[in-house]
Amino acid sequence: MLNPHLWVSTHADYLYAFAITRINDEEMAKDLVQETFLAALEKVNSFEGKSSERTWLTAILRNKIVDVYRKKASGLKGNDVTAAEREQEDFFGDDGHWLNKSGPKEFGITDNDHLVAKEFETILKGCLQKLPALWMAVFTMKHIEEEPTDVICAQMKVSASNFWVIIHRAKLNLRACLQKNWI
Amino acid sequence: MGYLKRIIYNCKQATFLIEKKALSSLSLRETIELRIHLFGCGFCRLYKKQSHAINDMVQTLFKSSMQSNIKLDDGFKRILQERIEEELNKN
Repeated sequence: MLNPHLWVSTHADYLYAFAITRINDEEMAKDLVQETFLAALEKVNSFEGKSSERTWLTAILRNKIVDVYRKKASGLKGNDVTAAEREQEDFFGDDGHWLNKSGPKEFGITDNDHLVAKEFETILKGCLQKLPALWMAVFTMKHIEEEPTDVICAQMKVSASNFWVIIHRAKLNLRACLQKNWI
Repeated sequence: MGYLKRIIYNCKQATFLIEKKALSSLSLRETIELRIHLFGCGFCRLYKKQSHAINDMVQTLFKSSMQSNIKLDDGFKRILQERIEEELNKN
């Protein structure tokens, strides 16, 4: 059963955390939480009780986040993608082999050092935010939301082959950024 | 360049296949090409290890930030609930 009188006290913090983790913008995350509740009110009748109230609300929020991803990706007209692709020219030589200066080097992290892990996490966060909006969207939709590939392609309007190119390029830049800022 | 030589040199293609394999499946031909490449390429063996580690770390990062007590301020919450009540009373 849905109980909108308790929505804010029960779910608002959770939805806000969900949004801010994906959209690194407090004001926008707040707006998305509000829009989610208002959109949910309009379709209370379509709630079939197959999932929990929280799961249902989160699904609505998730769609709104995809809209934001899409807007960000199209708003920049691919400028950020061009810049990110240019970075990759330094990764491989003409024959496709790693150039020595960019080739993978050991990060040298052992599993049980908590402080080091925290520091690494901060760098990882920064590197994720440096990805072009479209790459970041495709990457998190696949790795975090674990959406099926065809759903991501349809929502972000990319072809299947372009999807794999993006997955590959996002990881190349992410890994290079970690290596650059960590070692 | 010969076919085999191309496989052995092409780290760009090998890293592409590593990413594809982590999320989907490779064709028989791709599987064999990747195996041949990794056999001779220490860079890409390390890349593969790091790529998988990055996937795990990104998941941990998202999970830990969900648990890290991010909260909305009470003022915003009060206004939000009032908005909801307002909408409910319209019907």
